[in-house]
Amino acid sequence: MKRSRIPLYTTIAVLLFFYLPIFVLILNSFNSSRFGGSWESFSWRWYIRLFTEREIWFALRNSLIVAISATVVSMILGTTAAFALHRFNTRLQKVHYALIYTPLVVPDILMGISLLLFFVALGVQLGLTTIFLAHTAFCVSYVAMVVLARLQDFDFSLIEAAQDLGAGWWTAARKVLLPLLAPGIAAGGLLAFTLSIDDFVITFFVTGPGATTLPIQIYSMIKHGSPPLINALSTLLLIVTFGIVWLVQWLTEDGRQHEVV
Amino acid sequence: MKRRLNEWLVTLPSFVWLVVLFVIPTAIVFAITFKPSDPWGGIGEGWTLQTLISLGNPNYPSIIWRTLYLSVLTTIICMALALPTGYAIARAAPRWRRLLLLLIVIPFWTSFLIRIFAWKVLLHPDGYIKRALVALRLVEEQTMLLYRAEAVLLVMVYTLLPFAILPIFAAAEKFDFRLVEAARDLGASAGRAFRTVFLPGIRRGLMTAVLMVFIPALGSYVIPDLVGGPRSEMVGNKIAQRTFTDRNLPHASALSAALTIVVMAPMLFVLVLQGRRRES
Repeated sequence: MKRSRIPLYTTIAVLLFFYLPIFVLILNSFNSSRFGGSWESFSWRWYIRLFTEREIWFALRNSLIVAISATVVSMILGTTAAFALHRFNTRLQKVHYALIYTPLVVPDILMGISLLLFFVALGVQLGLTTIFLAHTAFCVSYVAMVVLARLQDFDFSLIEAAQDLGAGWWTAARKVLLPLLAPGIAAGGLLAFTLSIDDFVITFFVTGPGATTLPIQIYSMIKHGSPPLINALSTLLLIVTFGIVWLVQWLTEDGRQHEVV
Repeated sequence: MKRRLNEWLVTLPSFVWLVVLFVIPTAIVFAITFKPSDPWGGIGEGWTLQTLISLGNPNYPSIIWRTLYLSVLTTIICMALALPTGYAIARAAPRWRRLLLLLIVIPFWTSFLIRIFAWKVLLHPDGYIKRALVALRLVEEQTMLLYRAEAVLLVMVYTLLPFAILPIFAAAEKFDFRLVEAARDLGASAGRAFRTVFLPGIRRGLMTAVLMVFIPALGSYVIPDLVGGPRSEMVGNKIAQRTFTDRNLPHASALSAALTIVVMAPMLFVLVLQGRRRES
C-alpha cells in the first residue's frame, strides 16, 4: 500500500526548523565578526573573552547553588510523593495528585508573580533563598512524575518477598525499592536540575539584589550586551545540555521520558 | 491504622510544601486583587474594588484579545506540524524512531533564552534570513522582521512545537495501525482512513498536545518581550510591566488572577481526563 510522503517531508522540515537557528548560533560563535551578519574568519576570541567576564562566572556560581539545593530537596520530596501516589488509592491521593500535577501546567509567569506576592506579603528578603524555594515549587512535580512512571512497572512482589524473608518495611524500602528505583530518581533529579538552571521567568520575579543567576545574566546580555559573547556562552551550554540528555537517555534506557511531558 | 499513618508520613512532606509554595501564593494573588496599592510600591491597608474596575481600561481588552489570538494561532500551527511529525516518528523503524525522538527532545532540553536569542540573531536586520529574503526579492530592504507579532508567533511555535509532537507521538506509538489498513481494505481512501480511524484513535494525545501548547502560550512573556514590539504585547508583558516598571502589585495581581481563570478552565479539563486515565 502506498503511504503518503507528507509526514516524512514535514518531519524533515521540522527538524531543519529546530536545528537551523542552533546551527547558525554555533557557527557565529567562531566568527570573528562583531555583528555576525557575515562570515569574517574563524576565531576563538569570544570564548577567550568569555573567561574574563567575571559577572558570568558569579552568575553561574549562583545558578549552581540554587540548582543543586533545589534538586536535592525535590528529589526527596518528589520520590516520597510518587511513592504515596502509587501505593495508596484514597481521596487524599486524588487531591495530592492534583497538587503535584497543577504546577506542571501553570504558566511560569503566574507562578512567578504569585511567589513574589507571597514573599512580599511575608516580608521575606528576596535573594538566593527565595529563588531556591520557588524552584522547588515546580521541580518536586517533575521528579514525582518521572519516579511515578518508573514505579508503574515496579514489581511490588519483590518487597513482599523481602518482607517474607524477615525484612521490616523500612529495610525493604531501603534495600530493595530504592536501589531499583535509583535510575528513575536520578533521571528525575537531572530533569529538575536542568529546569532549575534554565529557569528565567520565575527567577526574574523572585530575585533580589546580588542574586543574579545565569539565565538572568544571559537575559541582560541579550538586552544590552554583545551578541557574539552570548553565542560562545550558548555553545558551551549546548554542549553541557547534550551531555545531560545523553545521560538521561542512558539512565531511562527505553527513552520513556516522553511520557512525562 | 498503621497503613493510614504510613500514608500520611509519605504524603505530608510534598503536600505541605506545595500548599505553602503553590496554593497559598495563588490564593494571595486573588486576595491582593482587592487591595489598594501604596505609594512605595507595596500593598496598602483596607480593601477596594478599584483595581478590578480599572481592568476595564481601554488598553486591556485589545491586549487580552491579542494574547488569545496569538495563542490560538500558535496552537493551530503547532498541531498542523506536530501531527504529521508525530505520525512519521511512530511509523519509523525502531532504530530511526529512537534517533528522531532524541532529535525532537534535544531542543526541548536546551536553554529557552538561548533558543529565543538564536532567532533574534537570525531575524536581525543584518541577519542571514533577512539578507536571503532581500536577495530573493521577497521583502524590501527596509522591512523589519523583528519586533512584530509575526516574529512572536514564529518563536512561540519554535519553542512550543516539541510539546505538541511528544504527546502525539506517544499516542500514535500505542495506536494499532492495522486498524488503518483494515479501513483501507474496506475501501476508505488514505485521507478518510486518517480522519475517521487514526485521529479518533489518538484523541487523548491530541488533547494533551493542544493544552501543552495553548496554556504556556497564554502565559508568554519572554518571547514578546525579546522579539516583539509595542504592538505585539501580551498579557504576560503587562503583568511584568505592572510589577517591575510601575510597581503596582495589586494591578499585576488583578491581571494574573484574570489569566489564572482563563488558564484554569482547560486545566481542570486535563485533570478530569488524567483522573479518568489513572482509574482505567
